[in-house]
Amino acid sequence: MVFNPLTTEETAKKLGLLEEEFQKICNILGRVPNFTELSVYSVMWSEHCSYKNSIVWLKQLPKKGKRVLAGAGEENAGLMDIGDGLAVCFKIESHNHPSAVEPFQGAATGVGGIHRDIFTMGARPIATLNSLRFGNLNHPRTQFLLKGVVSGISHYGNCFGVPTVGGEIDFDECYQSNPLVNVMSVGIVKKGETVSAIALGVGNPVFIVGAATGKDGIHGATFASEDLSVKSSEKLPSIQIGDPFYEKLLLEATLECIRTGAVVGMQDMGAAGIACSTSEMSAKGKVGMDLWLEKVPMRQSDMQPFELLLSESQERMLIVAEKEKVDIVKAVFEKWDLPCEQIGVVTDSKKIRYFFYDELVGEIPAESLVLGGGAPVYYRDFQEPQYFQEIQKFNLKKVPQPKHLKEATEFLLQLPSIASKRWVTRQYDSMVGVATVTTNLAADAAIVHIKGTQKSIAMTTDCNSRYVYANPKIGCALAVAEAARNLVCTGAHPLGITNCLNFGNPYNPEVYFQFKEAILGMKEACEMFDLPVTGGNVSFYNQSPEAAVYPTPTIGMVGLIEKPQNITSIAFQNEKDTIFLIGKIVEDLGCSAYLYHYHNVRYSPAPYLNLTEELLLQKAIIELIEQRIINSAHDVSDGGLIITLMESAFAGKKGFHVKNFSKIREDAFWFGESGGRVVVTATKDKENELIHHLNLLKINFKPLGVVTNKEIIVNDENWGTFEDFQNLYENAIPKILNS
Amino acid sequence: MKFGVVTFPGSNCDQDLIYVLQTILQCETVNLWHKSHDLESCDLIFLPGGFSYGDYLRTGAIARFSPIMQEIIAFANQGGYVMGICNGFQILCEAGLLPGVLIRNQNMQFICENTYIKVVNSNTFITRNVQKSVLKIPIAHAEGNYYCSDETLKKLQDNEQILFQYCDAGGNITEDSNPNGSLFSIAGITNEKKNVFGMMPHPERAADKWLFNVDGLQLFYSILNQTVNV
Repeated sequence: MVFNPLTTEETAKKLGLLEEEFQKICNILGRVPNFTELSVYSVMWSEHCSYKNSIVWLKQLPKKGKRVLAGAGEENAGLMDIGDGLAVCFKIESHNHPSAVEPFQGAATGVGGIHRDIFTMGARPIATLNSLRFGNLNHPRTQFLLKGVVSGISHYGNCFGVPTVGGEIDFDECYQSNPLVNVMSVGIVKKGETVSAIALGVGNPVFIVGAATGKDGIHGATFASEDLSVKSSEKLPSIQIGDPFYEKLLLEATLECIRTGAVVGMQDMGAAGIACSTSEMSAKGKVGMDLWLEKVPMRQSDMQPFELLLSESQERMLIVAEKEKVDIVKAVFEKWDLPCEQIGVVTDSKKIRYFFYDELVGEIPAESLVLGGGAPVYYRDFQEPQYFQEIQKFNLKKVPQPKHLKEATEFLLQLPSIASKRWVTRQYDSMVGVATVTTNLAADAAIVHIKGTQKSIAMTTDCNSRYVYANPKIGCALAVAEAARNLVCTGAHPLGITNCLNFGNPYNPEVYFQFKEAILGMKEACEMFDLPVTGGNVSFYNQSPEAAVYPTPTIGMVGLIEKPQNITSIAFQNEKDTIFLIGKIVEDLGCSAYLYHYHNVRYSPAPYLNLTEELLLQKAIIELIEQRIINSAHDVSDGGLIITLMESAFAGKKGFHVKNFSKIREDAFWFGESGGRVVVTATKDKENELIHHLNLLKINFKPLGVVTNKEIIVNDENWGTFEDFQNLYENAIPKILNS
Repeated sequence: MKFGVVTFPGSNCDQDLIYVLQTILQCETVNLWHKSHDLESCDLIFLPGGFSYGDYLRTGAIARFSPIMQEIIAFANQGGYVMGICNGFQILCEAGLLPGVLIRNQNMQFICENTYIKVVNSNTFITRNVQKSVLKIPIAHAEGNYYCSDETLKKLQDNEQILFQYCDAGGNITEDSNPNGSLFSIAGITNEKKNVFGMMPHPERAADKWLFNVDGLQLFYSILNQTVNV
């Protein structure tokens, strides 16, 4: 029996649609939708697919640039020209809600999903990064989530055979019941060999390839568009199960199929499954499709049309092929032992018609379903958050100095957010592909060699949500600035941005204020650095009954290193090299890890940022690198200057002898996190050149000290060797997890 | 010398090996498909790393029955050279071409990191021209914990079949330098006739100067009977 009754407002509400949206659907169709149709609308108009509550602000972000080949909203991922006839394809996406409920599969399918966005465009993924946020690591639930997420990423990524090369992990109580799992994939494709997510050519066949369709993940997109609650664990069937082995076969078969020239267009099956890929491809090509749902390979026999349309079963692709080349397509998938079924045909009706055993079970204009077409667009109310008043009360003079700098440094080094993440990263295959330059060279961002060229791609994800919480605009601009600074320190020229915007419930005006301010901050920073935003993902409803998470607009950024000689490490290279601090010194402890964790000050202003100074600083660093003047570069961020020095010491197996040369407070000098600062080293004979360059650019800088064999000496006090501190740094997380 | 690199469904280090053999070492190399029965007159067949058949059932357990494996087993039994790296090593053990098994790492986790290995027998086809006594070569596996019976271990020792042992940077074999719990710190072995080789570390991941570590090249140069100064 086909389940397909006519619907009511009540049905619409149950499917997560608003009353006004139900009316809008009735108007579009000129009748009351049946259950199949309404189900399709409910997922296509969910926040996850339609960006209905975010698009008005997202549109303000700069998306043009001379290297942009596919900009925001045009394809499944951003595409930028890197010369040599190649393009880099990249995108970041969240899988927060599934990971909160079932961390292993939630994270695993997050990895699988983002890779499909890359290879559906014809690009071969060369690296992944992930940006993870958890609650307090001492909490058993956090440990369960961390272990689950890490093994999920490890399970999927390692088997799929794409190295996990970088990212970030942060711990804060605001993520206690709503962790964030953001995964970024980066791929490479020859220019002109990309595939578009488009349906064209009336009469061309529509194929579904890859895994069979089951009941897993039905209404996953709607699930991602609600607050998390106790009831969420009852939504287990909304979570998809991933099979990385199948995805590996799908990758190879898909790329091989593209090379045959038989593919007209292709889109992966992600959120909202067949409903989404068929309507988006049709709307883009201004065509329609007739779909025969009973032809979809099924995992179980009793599937309803709406289930087939909405299923988010993993490892599937939709392909529109040239009708004369059907045999070529089929042969490729047969070689890889993958199902390849024709489930429909391209029509000129501009409508998607869903058939089930010859019965017409739904008929919807494709355009009405998609973003930029009929999907609703909302302006939401916003209001400055109450807690801003607490921030204004902050007074630095009331913060006592630590009794001992060394003790405070040891405390910071062992914070899970700052300490070594080796316990996590050694579980990821970071080397498959034999192109990960950062395997044996510590750098401020991951670096992957583009084989067959002299080039490499540097990539990073960054966001300090403490800063964004304190001031969404400055905080988000700082995230862009830090990401760019990280890339510049490796010797790269930043190319572009993908973003993953993790916020609370958009119907809360304070949350919406954070959201729109963050976008405005990102816009300002991107315009200053001339960086296009090539796409990304919005994840609202990251909140538990207690509160929303800190606003976390994760910035994923890629940069290009033109020559191998420019690749620069954070590691101190030689004893006696001079250490310089480049950038402005400000008496600023705002939002620092020191203030937040050591003094438990939860409300303080965002750190200092001046975008003009920041841009100049980054230009200077690139110049110093390309002129071969400096031996190492490492930016100052979480934990402040002392942590920067420690990390460079650990990476280079050296020590340092440094002194506060300024007049600002000792703790602000060593632990402050103001933007726009980089620590570099240079050999004695290069010092004059360095000074000359920086003076020409009118950039603040000061010699801070020298690199030593292994001793760490701060303000003329001997703190011991770098090994003592490195042991604390390396053992902090294992100590918590093994206790 | 002509090399063949097998691709099983789920292999993911096959292209890495081909890159090293073809692009870096400029050797004639062919990619062999698992459904094929033709070894294309290769002199040495590599079984690469990865997750053949998704590691379902047991690592290497299904690949061992691939059509091409029947040819490879016959080839090895006639004295042909076969080398398995990581998943390739697991497949060779499953196929009975090498003794022992590879079980879950002691800490039950996947481990990817640089390891140091000591060359125990430097008189084989793949180690004869190794210039260093300790090589830095990365591992990446969840099932690399080598295990065999006492009797087998004794045979391996008596017949000089142990190729590599995990050690520290100074060449000391200690509990701490053993990343996965392998018996006797074994990282690689050969068969009795010394024409089949298996190792868990990935020499192809230490063969490109772009990666700032080319210790793995020494094994490839041995195979090519070339000596390089390091």
